[in-house]
Amino acid sequence: MPDTPAIEVSRLVKAYAGVTAVNDISFKVARGEILGFLGPNGAGKSTTMRILTGYQPATSGEVNVCGVSVALRPDEVKRQIGYMPENNPLPEDMRVSEYLYFRGRLKEIKRRMLGPRIDEVLELCDLKRVRHKIIGQLSKGYRQRVGIAEAILAEPPVIIMDEPTIGLDPHQILIVRDLIASLRGRMTVIISSHILPEIEMTCDRVLIINQGRVVAQGTPADLRRDVLGHSTYHLEVAGDTASLPLLLATIDPTLTVTAEGQPDGEGFRRLTLSTANDRELGESLLRTLSSQPYRLRALSRTNPTLEDVFLAATRRSWDVKSGDLRKK
Amino acid sequence: MKHFFTLLSHEIRMLLVSPSTYLAALLFLSFMGFIFTTILESYSKAPLELSPAHVFFQLFWLPVLFMVPMLTMKCLAEERRLGTIETLLTTPVTTTEVVLGKYGAAYLLYLALWGSTAGFFLILRKFSGDVRFMDPGPLLGGYLFIAVSGLLFVALGVFASSLSRNQAVAGILSFTMIFGLIFGLSFLAGSSILHREALQPARQAVEYAQILTHRDDFTRGVIDTRQLLFYLSGTVLALIFSILGVEAKLLHS
Repeated sequence: MPDTPAIEVSRLVKAYAGVTAVNDISFKVARGEILGFLGPNGAGKSTTMRILTGYQPATSGEVNVCGVSVALRPDEVKRQIGYMPENNPLPEDMRVSEYLYFRGRLKEIKRRMLGPRIDEVLELCDLKRVRHKIIGQLSKGYRQRVGIAEAILAEPPVIIMDEPTIGLDPHQILIVRDLIASLRGRMTVIISSHILPEIEMTCDRVLIINQGRVVAQGTPADLRRDVLGHSTYHLEVAGDTASLPLLLATIDPTLTVTAEGQPDGEGFRRLTLSTANDRELGESLLRTLSSQPYRLRALSRTNPTLEDVFLAATRRSWDVKSGDLRKK
Repeated sequence: MKHFFTLLSHEIRMLLVSPSTYLAALLFLSFMGFIFTTILESYSKAPLELSPAHVFFQLFWLPVLFMVPMLTMKCLAEERRLGTIETLLTTPVTTTEVVLGKYGAAYLLYLALWGSTAGFFLILRKFSGDVRFMDPGPLLGGYLFIAVSGLLFVALGVFASSLSRNQAVAGILSFTMIFGLIFGLSFLAGSSILHREALQPARQAVEYAQILTHRDDFTRGVIDTRQLLFYLSGTVLALIFSILGVEAKLLHS
């Protein structure tokens, strides 16, 4: 069944005693896609991931992994998934190679294949030097990579990692990012993270959840457009700014000044413009503002980062929630 | 049950590479050796009717009460505290296999520790040259009793460990359960509450579950299938509860 999506979640709900951790989440992940899972702490990321792996049962809803229902056939699903939990728990008193051997046997890799495969993942995760070390004595970065090596060990079609880059230094993050990118197309990967540039660089698609609900999803570019709905320009301009709005309206009707600074010694002030238009307006701005009594010193278009998207999306969902409360 | 032997051999391996196992074995053997010498000393003072093996196994509860909690308190509590149970249960392994693997390893260690006390009797025989000290009846019966009752005690320890993520709590819980099983029931049998006519069935049940009486029967060479059944069914029950204990924590975690 190669045409079924790798992961299909519909109307997933998970309620603990009194608290709804995951509230009616639905999404799909195509095969070979890398999905980033974003959300503030306690948004339900880890819970969703645990349900996907079959570790925790859902309260209601349906989850299919590679067309197999997690609730009905958990054993089959567990063979399709490589999972690295939050905080990456590892046994303290085993050697790296021993641990991988033990996990490989549990994941039903044939004895004959296991040795070469362990060598392969040790190489991939740059763990060769520590293969005979005891896990309890490894540094955080190594431990994290042992967890990742373990998740990809059995070459499962779906890999789920809960915050794989937490506690790594920038160099190690780079290694992990390359590692995840190298899985693209072969395996479906779901990662959750707080480090937004991280997600933006590795993931094909991003899912932002907040308080148990999906508040936005799409490619990072889509999200910028949908969630923020505007692009921003920064200018440094000298001249009378009172007539500026009229002039700007001739370039684009939605272009407005959102912030205006005080003029400095040379009479230049910093302006922030905002527009709902997706088109690049830099050229027309340059042409308009340099031909008039204005003098233009700097012009830049700011690309909203995923951080802005994330903040906007999570704030918006809070607004929606408090709106609901007011109605009641 | 495909993964049972993988898990069991992993657990045994972890026990064998851990220094604490050898330390525990050393302390256990010195403690048992102390008991054994004390028994022999009393024999050297005055002739006694019972064989040394008989007296030795009468004190079985002393090491059991301390050793079983220490052997088992770690097994499931530690997995949950570290969170490794999550990685374990997201592989194609069932909870039953995990619990049985842990139980099997703890029970084998228990047997190995007790089995090493057989050395005392061999040494005694070699140096005393007296065959009467090596009465095989009570000896075999005693070790059989240790093996059979150990099934239940270790299972209770595993059950206690499945209930808490704190090792100390699990240890105290299993100590209490084993203490209650051995001495609580014997106290209950002696109390006058159960002597009423209406409580006759309850009294019968309590009398049937007298572990100290079972020990005497075994060391006398009387092997009753009802007693075997008591330990086997108790073991199965405790293990089922352990599996449920682990799964219940997953549901409500």
